[in-house]
Amino acid sequence: MEERSEAELIAAVLAGDAASFEPFVVKYSPRVFATARRYARRDSEVEDIVQEVWLKAFDKLKSFRGEAPFEHWLMRMAVRTCYDFLRGHQRNRESSFSEISEPEDDWLERFVADPASAPEDADAAKLLIDRVMEKLSPEARLVIQLLEIEDRSVKEIAEITGWSVPLVKVRAFRARGEMRKILARMTKEKYL
Amino acid sequence: MNLAELHRKLVAAARSQKPDDRVPYAFEKRITALIEERKAAAWRVQWMRGLWRAAVSCVAVAVVCGAVSLFTPDTNDGGNDLSQDFENTLLASVDQGDSTP
Repeated sequence: MEERSEAELIAAVLAGDAASFEPFVVKYSPRVFATARRYARRDSEVEDIVQEVWLKAFDKLKSFRGEAPFEHWLMRMAVRTCYDFLRGHQRNRESSFSEISEPEDDWLERFVADPASAPEDADAAKLLIDRVMEKLSPEARLVIQLLEIEDRSVKEIAEITGWSVPLVKVRAFRARGEMRKILARMTKEKYL
Repeated sequence: MNLAELHRKLVAAARSQKPDDRVPYAFEKRITALIEERKAAAWRVQWMRGLWRAAVSCVAVAVVCGAVSLFTPDTNDGGNDLSQDFENTLLASVDQGDSTP
């Protein structure tokens, strides 16, 4: 990649040299995999998402104008592909919290007894948030992921998703409400 | 229960989770192979499209010719058609040769 700049490689790909696309796949696949793993759990699903991202990137390379870095363009495509995946795989949303594991249960009990005593970096807390995220609607999950977990601004989210800024704000408001309802359901199922 | 605090703690837990960026072995080779395969398939599709367009054009020309020959008024004089005229012209020298002593 050092020998030839990204612009040169893109020009070569557009001229018909598909092999020049490989350095991009090598360089950016770790980031695309990390993004896909935030939205899908199974390895096969993650690989399918990443594969789709790269094939889309290759097909749409003509539309890359070079105004923003290639990485930004690619990551926008990756997030949109993940969102499409979420919309197509809404399987766990209606399930109950009865299958919560023992460490998750213990963490919740510690939190109920004393919120300060439940560590944020515990594996059980990470499992719990994964469980909660799976129950959110695709829009809510995407917004919570980008806004609260990845700490992106509303403007950035609008650019990534293609939604307008007011729509992102509305969806963020609804997403927080949806998450609060899920947390309330979880604690209610557990402690009532 | 303090749901806002639970929300904050869980989001903090998600933030502390470093995303796994492992890439399967030879993944880039798989993508390159897929792209090559799609390119070959795209060529085949383009050829098929071209052939179909050519076939449709040929059928259209045939239909137009048929329609023209069917609907044009008969302008033959004396019942001679084109083939008869052609034959007469071609055999004119032979006919002349026969009639000369």
